[in-house]
Amino acid sequence: MHITSAVRTPLVSNGKTYADVTEDVCKQVEGRPTREWTIAFTISALVLVYGTACVFYTWWEGLGVWGLNKTVGWAWDITNFVWWVGIGHAGTLISAILLLFRQKWRTSINRAAEAMTIFAVICAATFIFMHMGRPWLAYWALPLPNTFGSLWVNFKSPLVWDVFAISTYFTVSLVFWYMGLVPDLATIRDRARSKVSRYVYGAFSLGWNGSAKTWARYEYMSLILAGISTPLVLSVHTIVSMDFATSVIPGWHTTIFPPYFVAGAIFSGFAMVQNLMLIIRVVFKLEDYITVEHIESMNKIITLTGSIVGVAYITEFFIAWYSGVEFESYAFINRGTGPYWWAYWAMMTCNVISPQLFWSKTIRTSVVWTFVLSVIVNIGMWFERFVIIVTSLHRDYLPSSWAMFHPTLFDISDYLFSFGLFFTLFLLFAKFLPVVNMAEVKAIIKSSSAQLPKSVSGVAKGERVTAPTFNKNAD
Amino acid sequence: MASPVNSRFLVGIFDDDDVVMKAVREVRESGVRIHEVYTPFPVHGLDVALGHPRSRLGIAAFLFGLTGLLTAASLMSYTEKFDWPMIVGGKDSFSYPIYVPIAFELTVLFTALGMVSTFIISNGLGPTVKPLMFDLRTTDNKFAMAIDMENNKLQESEIETILRKSGAAEVNVKQF
Repeated sequence: MHITSAVRTPLVSNGKTYADVTEDVCKQVEGRPTREWTIAFTISALVLVYGTACVFYTWWEGLGVWGLNKTVGWAWDITNFVWWVGIGHAGTLISAILLLFRQKWRTSINRAAEAMTIFAVICAATFIFMHMGRPWLAYWALPLPNTFGSLWVNFKSPLVWDVFAISTYFTVSLVFWYMGLVPDLATIRDRARSKVSRYVYGAFSLGWNGSAKTWARYEYMSLILAGISTPLVLSVHTIVSMDFATSVIPGWHTTIFPPYFVAGAIFSGFAMVQNLMLIIRVVFKLEDYITVEHIESMNKIITLTGSIVGVAYITEFFIAWYSGVEFESYAFINRGTGPYWWAYWAMMTCNVISPQLFWSKTIRTSVVWTFVLSVIVNIGMWFERFVIIVTSLHRDYLPSSWAMFHPTLFDISDYLFSFGLFFTLFLLFAKFLPVVNMAEVKAIIKSSSAQLPKSVSGVAKGERVTAPTFNKNAD
Repeated sequence: MASPVNSRFLVGIFDDDDVVMKAVREVRESGVRIHEVYTPFPVHGLDVALGHPRSRLGIAAFLFGLTGLLTAASLMSYTEKFDWPMIVGGKDSFSYPIYVPIAFELTVLFTALGMVSTFIISNGLGPTVKPLMFDLRTTDNKFAMAIDMENNKLQESEIETILRKSGAAEVNVKQF
């Protein structure tokens, strides 16, 4: 039934029709690349080329080119890995968890957010391969019968769980995203004028024709995929947090890590979605689909998860004191007042204080404020991982081996590589694939559109509201 | 999906999902057998109105999930218990709580890949499949109701009248 409470503002503004949705979204795919796109793509591609060269140099020379030392054995590599995996979580949250909760506003943003997930996980994976130092031996992490006797991987290690978790997460996200694309690719195929695009989009749309039976099965499949992706996304960052939590390093050996990491992941992921969406809606003129309502809803989630993260920081500090363990207490005092105090307080300011500004309606509905605060949140979340990893390691049990970590050119360049990779992939996606899920937006447009012209809809919205049994009869 | 060869279809084009929903009921009540309805987005309840059976994809998903779970359980118990028993971190070589994460991940992986493959195969989809389009606009903004003339006793003109009466904006003939 298409009935919406009168107090709700429409999710799609300006009375867009089904044909308008197709036109507005396909325009980007069918037209020539815009100047902004070309400039952005050139910059990303150049960064990617430079970064790739640096990554190969890292592999060629060995990890000695990084600033690691015998005390700080994990630094930017794992920081970047956790940061990127965390960013990926928002896409799955939007596409799976919000689907289960029937949050219709997700339809305008889920496509791009899921694409962000996939590219972020790819970036995260590159840091695992870099961190291995010898990526050609990556298959050692898999349970394969091997030539070293019948020695298998250690299934009790969270690092092996991570191999399964990240690869499953990537595969399932990719499948979920691709299946969501199929009906929209069929739309592009049927509008295509050139032979090449008809062939390419035709092959990827798998011969989709939108029959009622296929749609029914498709909806059923999406629901199950959402149902299994929900615990999956929670499990991924839980397992990532166990890489730390199952160790005996003070500052890492904490039972609150799983929920704390998951909340942090969603927090940073939504901030990244905001950054990408605020640019997309302006450049692609999609302000009617990604409205202030959407931005505000996402800001509310940022405030919620930011507050959870804040509570986790304070709990950690309290428990470090309350446990009475001298090493644990020192690890935390050292975080706040030691040589890395600036990283700790950057994290606290960016992650705990800044999202609280969103309690003000003016700020959370302002595009500029949202963009700035989202960048700040992402900086803060990078520092969170840096603080957890480096400040817990740099002063270990033996004061004679205390050390500092100093990033080298290759630490920085390998991080830049991931930005080049991410934005190159994202820009290719934005040009060649529909950035908004057309089929899903069309399905919610009636219930959320302010006025749908009678000539197009057949039945005016007014009639539908006054006679709500209209659709019920059909059942 | 069986590809109809030399079949003649009457295709009613509708502008709105609510109208097509009502039309399905009316057309079926007047004794016309509907081949299928094609829509640009999922219309809830349309499959029920058309009398399609409930999808059994859930059963397939469950079986694939079970396969994944058993694969993980047998892989880990075989390697850790029988092939190369190993005590790590003071834990017994067969300590099942620690198998939960991988068992869960493989369950999800098998469910997703298996179910999606089942979906693709059972709907006759594939990269080389030529879509059976009754009207190209059904992936944009129109809703098409296809009626197979071979399956219906009524005359074409009679069916056309029924379609128009139930709200079709156009009625076309499509020959495959």
